[in-house]
Amino acid sequence: MRTVLYLVQKEFLQIFRNKFMLPMLLVMPVVQTILLSFAANYEVKNLSLGVVDHDLSPMSRQLVATFGASGYFKVYNTVFSSKIADADLARDRTDLILEIPPHFERDYVREGAGKVAITANAINAVKAGLAIGYASNIVRAYSLNEATTAAVNRPPAAIQVEYSNWYNPLLDYKTFMVPGILGEIISLIICFLTALNIVREREVGTIEQLNVTPIQKWQFILGKLMPFWMISLVMMTVGLSVGWLVFRIPMLGNLWLVFAYTLVFAPCMLGIGFLISNFAESQQQAMFTAWFFLLIFILMCGLFTPVDSMPEWAQRLNMINPVKYFVEFMRLVLLKGATFADIQQNFFTVLGYAAVVNGLAVWTYRKRV
Amino acid sequence: MDYAIQTDHLTKTFGNFTAVNAISFEVAPGEIFGFLGANGAGKTTALKMLTGLLKPSSGQAWVAGIDVTRKPEHVKRRIGYMSQKFSLYEDLTVRENIRLYGGIYGLKRTDIKSKTTTLLEKLQLEPYADQLVVGLPLGWRQKLAFSVALLHEPRIVFLDEPTSGVDPLTRRQFWDLIYEAAHTGVTLMVTTHYMDEAEYCNRVSIMVDGKIEALDTPRNMKKAFAATDMDEVFRKLARQA
Repeated sequence: MRTVLYLVQKEFLQIFRNKFMLPMLLVMPVVQTILLSFAANYEVKNLSLGVVDHDLSPMSRQLVATFGASGYFKVYNTVFSSKIADADLARDRTDLILEIPPHFERDYVREGAGKVAITANAINAVKAGLAIGYASNIVRAYSLNEATTAAVNRPPAAIQVEYSNWYNPLLDYKTFMVPGILGEIISLIICFLTALNIVREREVGTIEQLNVTPIQKWQFILGKLMPFWMISLVMMTVGLSVGWLVFRIPMLGNLWLVFAYTLVFAPCMLGIGFLISNFAESQQQAMFTAWFFLLIFILMCGLFTPVDSMPEWAQRLNMINPVKYFVEFMRLVLLKGATFADIQQNFFTVLGYAAVVNGLAVWTYRKRV
Repeated sequence: MDYAIQTDHLTKTFGNFTAVNAISFEVAPGEIFGFLGANGAGKTTALKMLTGLLKPSSGQAWVAGIDVTRKPEHVKRRIGYMSQKFSLYEDLTVRENIRLYGGIYGLKRTDIKSKTTTLLEKLQLEPYADQLVVGLPLGWRQKLAFSVALLHEPRIVFLDEPTSGVDPLTRRQFWDLIYEAAHTGVTLMVTTHYMDEAEYCNRVSIMVDGKIEALDTPRNMKKAFAATDMDEVFRKLARQA
């Protein structure tokens, strides 16, 4: 164990001496948490709306005004020909078209029903889906409002749905993104650092001097992993502070549980980094291999696409995605206030994962080639 | 007699290429054994097999009486090794490098301290003790690397081209260090391609294309090849091959 401490001391000396390392460890979590949480979210705002108003009645104008006041849409222009509106959509000037037919008001007042058409540019299917969703909500709310004020004797729609969003009542996407992004950043940085650090020793040749010593494989690996293990805790602290200071994300669960979990999760990513380094001959190879896995891990971890909506084979494949467990854990504990009893299955899965990956790393590490 | 190093048809092949071709030799304890040969003759590969860094393809080798092919980790406790490529940490100071390797070899904290002091004094590196190794001239780095290889008092030390690229004066000083170690009973196996250095060895072997073509004392070798110096011996041998 004393040998390991000498190795840990050496790693820390090198890390703190590296002018690039410390800023990266501290600045990266801060910048990514802030930047990604603001920019990369599911919210769609400022959709550009083209209006074709064939009716030009007080009611049609009111409907258009409701769109403008919603905050989701900006009325780009109001035209009287579908052709012009279609051209604007084609040129990407508008995201969707609201077409109000002639006699819209008359039909509504006389027959109690009116029709409008909404056409969306669906190249970005997610955005189009959301845009149409928002638009239909606005139209529905508008018609209900009209029905109750204009015709008191008419019965309101029979079934009304009342929404309430639990655990994130204001539907604040930042609350949802920050815990996930923290998981993603920590995974990314420590996996890369471990892989590159070891391959660098191989490239420079210093590993050869270590390999002629009686140092044991587990000592070497522990000496390499422990510094980054501790660093993962520092990064977690920095990230959580930013989340709290900048975004006021709720922290309903026990923070000790978060740190304890980080201590179990970090070795998964460290072990993967180590495993990669065992098979890579150069830092470049290690980088590409690590990137290959991390890209899949990150895109499938549930941060950008809900895991539940992936095809079943993908969900099964995702069982080997450590980042998925971390993101899931962070959201459950921070936003939902989950306790250890609630997340123990996740906890033990990750613990087992770490054991397997590091076991493989020790097994495949060769002091003698 | 127990040999410090003994090999029997030690061979290493990489695919179709035979880097070391069935070499057999013995080195007596306390001997300075020169391992000569052109670049690519297989010296480094042979040394890496003897230090347990490389797995032999066939043949056997014993270092300090232990079978390296079977128990490489047991050998490592008893040997020192200085690689051809400088392999101490450039981003650590002289003192930190010594402390690290002292710690790895399990030296006591107080021993590490006292050894550091005597080492720095011997190498006249005291003013640079807390400087990063990256700033040291090559000759000093090599002396430091050799001293670190001796830190845990191994009985056998392998030096792979310790003086390549070093100026003549520093080379001379380096050989003083080698002699000093030999005086304390340490066995030294040194590879080099400087033929004048061969004269400093008790016995030398000359490797050509993976095979040991000649093995004797420098004096006998010169006599056998009717040469005035080792350089001539080497050229005559190389021409035969």
